[in-house]
This record gives sequence, structure tokens and C-alpha cells, in this order.
Amino acid sequence: MNDAPPLIEVNGLEAWYGKRRILENVDFRVAAGEIRVIMGGSGSGKSTLLRHLLGLQRPVRGEVRLFGVDIARAGPHELRQIRRRLGVSFQGGALLTSLSVGENVALPLREHHAELSENQIRIMSRMKLEVVNLGGFHDLMPSQLSGGMVKRAALARAIVMDPQLLFFDEPSAGLDPVVSAELDELILRLRDALRMTIVVVTHELESAFKIADTITVLDQGRVLMTDRVDAVRGSDNERIQDLLNRRPREVVVDADAYLRRLTEEAV
Amino acid sequence: MSVSPGQPLAALGRAAVQSVAGFGYCGMLLAESLWYTAWGWRRGQPVRIAAVVAEMRRIGADALPIVCLLSLTIGIMLGIQFIAALKEFGAQSQVIVAVAKSVTREFGALITAILVAGRSGSALAARIGSMTVSQEVDALAVIGIEPVRYLVAPALIAMLVMLPVLTVFADAVAILGAALYSAPALNVTTQAYLLQTLTLLSPGDLWQGIGKSFVFAVLITLIGCSTGFSVTGGAEGVGRATTRAVVLSICYIIVADMIFSFFLNR
Repeated sequence: MNDAPPLIEVNGLEAWYGKRRILENVDFRVAAGEIRVIMGGSGSGKSTLLRHLLGLQRPVRGEVRLFGVDIARAGPHELRQIRRRLGVSFQGGALLTSLSVGENVALPLREHHAELSENQIRIMSRMKLEVVNLGGFHDLMPSQLSGGMVKRAALARAIVMDPQLLFFDEPSAGLDPVVSAELDELILRLRDALRMTIVVVTHELESAFKIADTITVLDQGRVLMTDRVDAVRGSDNERIQDLLNRRPREVVVDADAYLRRLTEEAV
Repeated sequence: MSVSPGQPLAALGRAAVQSVAGFGYCGMLLAESLWYTAWGWRRGQPVRIAAVVAEMRRIGADALPIVCLLSLTIGIMLGIQFIAALKEFGAQSQVIVAVAKSVTREFGALITAILVAGRSGSALAARIGSMTVSQEVDALAVIGIEPVRYLVAPALIAMLVMLPVLTVFADAVAILGAALYSAPALNVTTQAYLLQTLTLLSPGDLWQGIGKSFVFAVLITLIGCSTGFSVTGGAEGVGRATTRAVVLSICYIIVADMIFSFFLNR
């Protein structure tokens, strides 16, 4: 798409939970300014991939580079500089329940910009709450918000530092269609207004096709394809078509493996 | 299918590895908390005074009434028991020194630590556990706030300050409780009883209790926080972690108390 170095570069990433391999040789690149949707059914490894992209888990094999820096090898200072440039909106919002909505949004500013005055912090965090249509809600506690409001508040916290890179985990999970459509609009607006590169993890097809520039389809820990929306829609890959048309998987039973699972000693 | 003879051994091995890993994790929490307290402000990870003060209120000030009530009761109970026991030898007057030494060296620190483990150790485990479950800990890390600096270090400092303070307070109240019961039984005034106590006590007695309370403070915080961070399995997991934190802290407190008493009184 362009020649600028990718903001995110993942090479040969592998991840294990115990004896189960979750990610297998994942290569992944996101260029500046695009909205990338990582799509896949449950258990496809998309959450694990996200945890690796955020540096919450260290890769067993392979590397994850953000802004050109290998985050597993970055020093504390370097990692902190990277974290100032990215925002994350978690699936359940992950607002700190002990702080009010306004305090939650102000938290990154307080931690990274000690030079800002209390008034500046207040104004900046309220501006971001206005962006997500939560103006006037800064004094409420997270427990007093509805599901959609929590997601929007979490988004406000994620963008309060004007990050170059925004991660959004399951924006529409647990929301009604209208609210999730509003969130999709919000994501598009953020990209256009603030020039953010956005990575969205979702299993909602409709939302994915609406917001994505490019889509990466994950299946059982492998990248099936990464391409523009039309190409993914028109793909003749059977697994992708299953996913797009909500066809149940046809599980082929391997008799030996089946017997082994039944008789194997529990560990 | 029969159980192979190696299995209990394997289970034992796994349990041993797990407990060694647990010790290592607690040691890492302690080292990191102390590091952030001393040097964190240089690296842009300062331990906030406001957070420490809030923890001190939760751990210390809020616990005062219950510590007061229990240590008064224990003091009266010790007075009753010592008078009854020493009466057999006609040595009632020795009750003053018996109460003074046993309270300052042992009971004050132990009762306070057990109470605080029940109140604050469990609260730490529950708070950090529910934050882990709802990804708040991940969110902190991603924002660039080290969870240990934000959650563990303030609690550790507050506990290290407040547990010894509460212990001294409990000592005083327990001795007062004993005085209230024993002074009439010994035919002396309460003031005379208390003055006599002060002349009989040496700083060493007080330091024994206070020294132990520092160790208890570290145990309660580390066990509470480490069980909180290792929570898996949602709300039920948080409940399990809370129970585990209290039971483990009290066990370790009592064992540590015994070890210290042994070495300090040789």
C-alpha cells in the first residue's frame, strides 16, 4: 500500500498454553493509517495474538515489533516510550472500578505527563469523553455505566494520549446492534480525524466488513489470509467461507487420537 | 487402569516445584516493591504518597476499633488466667510481669497480625484478584503503569508502617485490660499497676514484638498480593484466592512467630 515501514510487524510468532499450540508461525504486518480487523472464530488464537501485540505475553518463538522495536527485547524506558504511543480498549472495558470515569480517562495523562496542571488534565480528559459522546459523565463510577458506555469510556481512556496506534478488543461483544453500529462509526471517525492506525479484534462479520481496510483471518492459530475486504469476501478458501456463511465446522474424527484422548492419564 | 506407583511421587514433585515458584514470585514482588519505592521516581514510576496514605487508612486507622476491642479482651483474659494459675503458688503479684512480658513479646504482635491478615490480607487478595479477572491489571501494564508499583508497593509501605503502630497500640490496650481486672484482685490501684508494669518492661521486650510485626507485615502483603495476581477462573477464583490468602497468611505468621521466639529467647 505504501513504502513506509509497518507500525506492527510480527514474524514467525508461536504461542503455547501448556501442551496446546495456540499460534503457529504467524506473520503479520500493519501499515500506518490502516484499519486492520483480526477475524476468527473463538479459539482461533486472536486474543492470544493481541496479548502478544500488547507485550503482555512474551513470544516462545518469533518476534513482535511495534514502531520497529522488538518489544520482547526492549528496555523498560524504550517500552514505556512505545506504550505512550499506543492505546488499548479491552473487551470488558477494564476501567479501574475504584476511580470515577473522569479519573480513569485522566490516568494515562497523570502517569506520563507530570508537567500538566490539574486543570489541563481535566479539560483534556473531558474533551476525549465528548469525542465518545460521554460528555458530562466524568463523575460517575464505572459500575453506574451501561455496557456500551463502559466501552466508550474505555475508548476515551485509550485515545486520551492521542496514540498513533489503537487496539480494540471485541468492540461489539455484548452490545445491541444499534450501539455497536455507533461504535463502528466512532472507530471510522477516529481514524479520519486523528489519523490513527487501528487494530480491531472481532468475530462480528458485519462490523468487520464495515470498518476494515484489510482483514486478517485467523483459524486454529494460523493466518489463513490477509487481504482487502473484497478479496476476503471473494475468497474460495473453504474455512473462510464457513466463517462468512456461519456454516458449522465439519469435525473429522481421527480414531487414534480420539482413543488416546479418552484413555490418556489426566495430568 | 491401575494407578502407577510413580504418580504420588510426581504429584509431590509438582507441588514442590509450585511452592518454590510461589516463594520466588513473592521474593520478586518484595524486591520490585522496594526497588520502586527507592528508585521508581527516577524511572517515571513513582510510588504515590496519596496511594500510601489511603492504604494506611484502610489497613491501620480503620482497624483501630477492632484491634482495641480484641486486645482489651485478651488483656482481661490473660489477667484472669495468670491470677488463677499463680494463686496456686501464692505468687499473684507476679501477674504484672507475666502479663507485661507475654503481651509485649507475643500476644500484641500476634493478635494484631492475625486480625490484619483477616481484614487487609483478604482485601488485598480480593481487590487484586478481581482486577486481574477484569483485565484491569493488563490495562495498567499497557498504559505503562507497573502493576507492582501501583498496587503492591503502597500496600507494603503502609503495612510496614501501620502494623508495628497497631502492635504498640494493642500492647498498651491489652495491658490496660489486664490492669482493669487484676488491680482490684491484687488490692492495688490501676495507676500503680501500670506504673509497676512500666518499671518491669525493658525496651527489648517491646522490640521483640515490634520486630516480629515487621516480618508479619511483609508476609501478609506478599501472600495477599501474590494470591491476588495468580487468580484464574472468574468470581469463584477470587473467592478461593481470598480464603487462601487468609489461611496461608495466618499459618505463616504463626510459624514465623514460633521461629522468632525460639531465636530471640535463646
